[in-house]
Amino acid sequence: MAKDYTYAVARIRARELNLLSGQDLDSLLTCNSYNDALLLLGDKGWNTENISSYDQLLNAENEKLWQFMSELVNDYSVFDVFLKPNDFHNLKASIKAVITDGDVKNIFYDQGTVSAIKIFEAIKNREYNKLPDHLQRCAGEAITALLQTSDGQLCDIIIDKASLEELYSIGLHSDSAIIKLYAETTVAATNIKSAIRCNKTNKNIDFIKRCLARCDTLNVDTLAAAATKGIDEIYDYLLYTDYKGAVDALKVSATAFEIWCDNMLIGKMQSQKWEPFTEGPLIAYVLARDFEIKAVRMILSGKINNLDNKIVKERLRDMYV
Amino acid sequence: MDNLGIVFALIGAALATFLAGTGSAIGVGKAGVAAAGVLAEDPSKFGKVLIFQLLPATQGIYGLLIAFIILTKIGILGGDPNISVTAGLLYFAASLPIAFSGLFSAIYQGNCSVAGIGTIAKKPDQFGKTILLPAMVETYAILALLISMLAIFNIPGLNL
Repeated sequence: MAKDYTYAVARIRARELNLLSGQDLDSLLTCNSYNDALLLLGDKGWNTENISSYDQLLNAENEKLWQFMSELVNDYSVFDVFLKPNDFHNLKASIKAVITDGDVKNIFYDQGTVSAIKIFEAIKNREYNKLPDHLQRCAGEAITALLQTSDGQLCDIIIDKASLEELYSIGLHSDSAIIKLYAETTVAATNIKSAIRCNKTNKNIDFIKRCLARCDTLNVDTLAAAATKGIDEIYDYLLYTDYKGAVDALKVSATAFEIWCDNMLIGKMQSQKWEPFTEGPLIAYVLARDFEIKAVRMILSGKINNLDNKIVKERLRDMYV
Repeated sequence: MDNLGIVFALIGAALATFLAGTGSAIGVGKAGVAAAGVLAEDPSKFGKVLIFQLLPATQGIYGLLIAFIILTKIGILGGDPNISVTAGLLYFAASLPIAFSGLFSAIYQGNCSVAGIGTIAKKPDQFGKTILLPAMVETYAILALLISMLAIFNIPGLNL
């Protein structure tokens, strides 16, 4: 029986009123100073009092988001699509911290399906069986590769690919169209970025195939073969896929491509504004808040560093509301 | 077996109350869950969401009304409780429109109310237009009520 999210969606609807719109971001951009921008955020319900840095403000907003989500659902697995990639980041950070005997302060994401400290302890004590299944499979391989080759990039590739494969698997096994869409788009966009980066650094086909993860909207073998030939071959291949619209953005920059992907994703989430019963609006809200936090980070960072508003605005994504 | 007519008529009255009431309970329950969600964020919308929640409640009342009329007509609530098997079956048949239409229309009206509550949470100024949408579902419960009532009131005139 499908889960009923009626209560959660009703609360989300009321909270959506507080999301920042494109107009709000324009107002933030035109603020004369960082402090003025903070005042405006305060008016929009952000807790800007007694903060020492904008990082603290954004972390608090992120915590507020997940606190809210924990009030809405009993089964957090609906958010695996967002949380499991954080587990892989924490695994990567744990392995590097253990190998280099480095400081673990501020290297972990707080939000994951398993606590970052638990991952760190398991890696430190080589007790991989204490890790959840999705991390266990790649943890041993990644740490062995790092110890034997001292190649941090190889370790990253192993974990990043496992992360993408897990994301694809979440999408594949989910009944939610919106989770499938998010998982597929994220995996495909990462594949495209990896293929272009590999092409620019003249990697061979074996290396490229090691980076790319399976997805439904791209043929990774064709993409890998194109990446060995040239950047134009990648563009030519993409013209025959769902990502043909991204080619122009890719020709501009990697950032332009990321903006294209994010805008495409948030555009497809718009239908969730009218969905009353499923988990779709929750997923869309988390994504919307994530985009909002990223946008505010860019604007506040721009204010502190006296960047031209035009430069910041070029990097802002479309908003959900 | 002499009172089989009464048995059929009573089953009809029970179905009208039970099915229409069940539909209303489901519809009101669903809308109530959504209303509670909105109130958790904005208690000032209580009046508006309450109206949406109550919309699917009417089918249960229609079922009760039909059951009450049947009980009166067959003499259970005073008079001579003695009717033929044919008359009993006719009362049973007469109860079916409101029983089933009440059940399904209340559930779908509840779904529609949930969607309306979501709209009101974001655009309270659209209350007037939004309330009309679940109210449209009510039409079919009223049509069923009308047919059940016409049938029940005209059964005694059939000379059975």
